Amino acid sequence: MLCLGIEGTAHSVGVGLIKKVNEKCRVLSNVIKTYSPRQGGIHPREAANHHAIYIADIIKKSIKKAKIKRGDIDLISFSQGPGLGPCLRTTATAARALSLSLDKPIIGVNHCVAHLEIGRGTLDKCKDPVLLYTSGANTQVIAFAEGKYRVFGETLDIGIGNCLDKFGRTIGIDFPCGPKIEQLALDGKNYLELPYTIKGMDIAFSGLLTAAEQFYKKGEKLEDICYSIQETTFAALTEVTERAMAHTEKNQVLLGGGVAANKRLRDMVQKMACERGASFFVPTRDLCVDNGAMIAWLGVLMYISGIRMSVENSFINQRFRTDMVDVTWRD
Amino acid sequence: MIKKDIIYTGAEAEICVSKYMNYNVVEKRRVHKSYRIDYIDNKLISSRTREEAKLMIEARKIGVSVPIIYDVDLVNGIITMEYLKGKRIKDILNNLSEKKRQKLCKKIGESIARFHNNDIIHGDITTSNMILLDDRVHFIDFGLGEKNSEIESKGVDLHVLMEALESTHSKYSNCFKYVLEGYKKELKDDANQVIKKIDDIVKRGRYR
Repeated sequence: MLCLGIEGTAHSVGVGLIKKVNEKCRVLSNVIKTYSPRQGGIHPREAANHHAIYIADIIKKSIKKAKIKRGDIDLISFSQGPGLGPCLRTTATAARALSLSLDKPIIGVNHCVAHLEIGRGTLDKCKDPVLLYTSGANTQVIAFAEGKYRVFGETLDIGIGNCLDKFGRTIGIDFPCGPKIEQLALDGKNYLELPYTIKGMDIAFSGLLTAAEQFYKKGEKLEDICYSIQETTFAALTEVTERAMAHTEKNQVLLGGGVAANKRLRDMVQKMACERGASFFVPTRDLCVDNGAMIAWLGVLMYISGIRMSVENSFINQRFRTDMVDVTWRD
Repeated sequence: MIKKDIIYTGAEAEICVSKYMNYNVVEKRRVHKSYRIDYIDNKLISSRTREEAKLMIEARKIGVSVPIIYDVDLVNGIITMEYLKGKRIKDILNNLSEKKRQKLCKKIGESIARFHNNDIIHGDITTSNMILLDDRVHFIDFGLGEKNSEIESKGVDLHVLMEALESTHSKYSNCFKYVLEGYKKELKDDANQVIKKIDDIVKRGRYR
């Protein structure tokens, strides 16, 4: 089955083409175009305008790269939520238009679940992982239990990426700030104590953000602050992930989301997995960030398990939670 | 040194069976984590060991069942405590009759209210951290606990349990309601304030 997936929940618009081969996901093409605001954070309407301008072009590119014909496509999948309303509506409109013009079925999927399934779909031996999903908006620890992907731990306030971006804005660096903070942190040597906030398996970052901003105003070395932010937040993320692994008795851990590109976070989670005797997985970079291939793959899984959607019922859902999805494609 | 058998490996500690004087005990040994820097590692291990021991002793004073503490080693992060040969609530809750489940959940709620009457915040109330023995619910694992009188903290404390029940015992959706019944009965202050706070905390989360 050949599926075209369109992603557009936030600042990235992406189109991926995938094929199901021997129960695994083969990515034929995965084109991503990212909106970068001239200043500040993501403006939802401007991000949506960006997506509207480029989406037709990206669909063409994706089809060309995959070396297929439009008529070969069996299914159109799109990110139904969660995300920014204007962006979701733009993406869904493109998916509907494509579904109607090609006369192929449409299916809307949950973005967070797609991050987990793409790991299972493309990585050998990744069967039943606990996912640490870290991006701008999302910070969740997700695992399969009793017929659903359940959120065992999540941020109680802002996402880790958002925390990094907000700090970046304070110190005057451009969005997305994570990679620059990572670079600065490499030269940090002195640890400045920041709040380490864990509530059960949940986590919170806003207190830490305020404390980090105070250090900046006091004139502490920027490298040291960035180092301290990373060490504190990532240790807390790794700890809640380990707690979820112990609680669910699972021995695989998977990373997903844009912040999973951070080497220090990878390093910490890998060390944790190694010490527990668990296996560690991380998808390739283009499948870690928001992308169309993961949306296409989840669309295929859902479609094959019997789920159908009509264009009339393809509403988006800005608050589409991970645990709202009935997982019909897994035992 | 007596030979020690690890009976359980949690996220942050190993539980070993041992002997102390003539008692059967378990040692909860917090393990160093190489993924975090030494400063954070040492601080978390010593502060959690200290807090946990303090809160367990206090919980006992106010009449909530917890294991008896025999020894605390802050340098190595070890608490030696009574060995409770009971069953984890996590393992039995799904197999009870509705009536028994209701009774048990109410009992749990009453104990949490007793904690909160004394400003004890457990910090990690999950069904893995409660042991049923001799018809009494014993609480363990106070490592994330603190003393705090704020309604916010009490709300978060209950919210952790709510999430644990939803994720691990999702088929029995009445459990949390029963917990709150017991909680209301036993709490000295107005429980509705705390319950309203739980709603606020839920809404504060992403996509609620």
